[in-house]
Amino acid sequence: MSQEKFIPTQTLCVQYNIEIAFVEDLQKMGLIQLEVYERKQCIHKDEIGHLEKIIRLHYELKVNLEGIDVVLNLLEKERLMRDELTILRNRLSLYENR
Amino acid sequence: MVFIDYYKTLGVSKKATEKEIKSAYRRLARKYHPDLNPDNKEAEQKFKEINEANEVLSDSESRKKYDKHGENWKHGDAQEKAERAYQAQRQSQRHSQHQSQGQSTEQEYSDFFEAMFRGATSGAGKGRGPKFKGQDYNAELNLELTDVYTSQKQVLTVNGSKIRLTIPAGVENGQVIKIAGKGGQGVNGGPAGVLLIKFVISNHTPFKREGNNLYSKVDLDFYTAILGGEITIDTFNSKVKLKIPPETKNESKVKLKGQGFPVYKKEGEFGDLIITYHLKTPSGLSEKEKELFKELQKMSVR
Repeated sequence: MSQEKFIPTQTLCVQYNIEIAFVEDLQKMGLIQLEVYERKQCIHKDEIGHLEKIIRLHYELKVNLEGIDVVLNLLEKERLMRDELTILRNRLSLYENR
Repeated sequence: MVFIDYYKTLGVSKKATEKEIKSAYRRLARKYHPDLNPDNKEAEQKFKEINEANEVLSDSESRKKYDKHGENWKHGDAQEKAERAYQAQRQSQRHSQHQSQGQSTEQEYSDFFEAMFRGATSGAGKGRGPKFKGQDYNAELNLELTDVYTSQKQVLTVNGSKIRLTIPAGVENGQVIKIAGKGGQGVNGGPAGVLLIKFVISNHTPFKREGNNLYSKVDLDFYTAILGGEITIDTFNSKVKLKIPPETKNESKVKLKGQGFPVYKKEGEFGDLIITYHLKTPSGLSEKEKELFKELQKMSVR
């Protein structure tokens, strides 16, 4: 584990102007994964984009945490379906005449 | 520059209360928010429009000004001042944008908004820029199928920055690759965003591709199909000789192992080439040939 890969949650709370309790609630619900690095609660930098999305859904769209859980699950399903659609479109070209 | 009817954008009347505007905005934001509409440019544009409308109509000063000048906004005194302020600000922004390379240069607001409100309202122009982590950038790279048969190096220019990229052979149409740290720069020590490159691969070859396999149709003359023989066919990058067994049927298939497309990120591994024989029946027969075919026909009726 290298230091630059982990950002202390305290820093994130200051940057995004959110309560530490909010981040802890997200962890409790399994929406984000926190890790302890050098005795500090941290988040992996690759997870920050995901956390940002949750923050936007909660503060901009006023979606509660249960709603965010549902939304994220549906978005994941949609992503898988879009991937499948790409594969099927590519396969469809086999049957199209040029 | 065209006038924008912000009331129409939010779907409210000109007499709408603050609460009605807020509620209309929330409803539309939930529908068009980019986080809920990934990879949807139309929704992204719509979200920008409703954001802009909300920014004007939810601020009592801006709304008053907008209602006062409305479609005749160009003639307002305040407008002229705002436009001058905007021009000055825009110039300084251009300068700072140039210095902080990598930040998103995508336009958040319409020209109408910029000219009418920029520099005149306190809340305007906050945008949705990075707060810590840099923005993720999306790019599309158009390539030909022949380009991705071998790995190749390319230099891309994304938001003014040059990025050296090795495109591995076998990349798929529609595939997205992530390049960490090549998005917008983070702020206050935040990590940089990622660059997402989507490959759009056109195919102008006689081969069709599905995954690592290639498919092609080969014309086979009637006599070779009946009696057997040898033909030379094109593979994707060379030619091979094929033995045709006697009595080969129309639309029969042959799989040429390892003659297909390279397997993504597995050097030296290739998919298969599947050949479909397309029998060409003879045409313009001479009298003699017709006679011989009739004789064959009689024999086949036995």
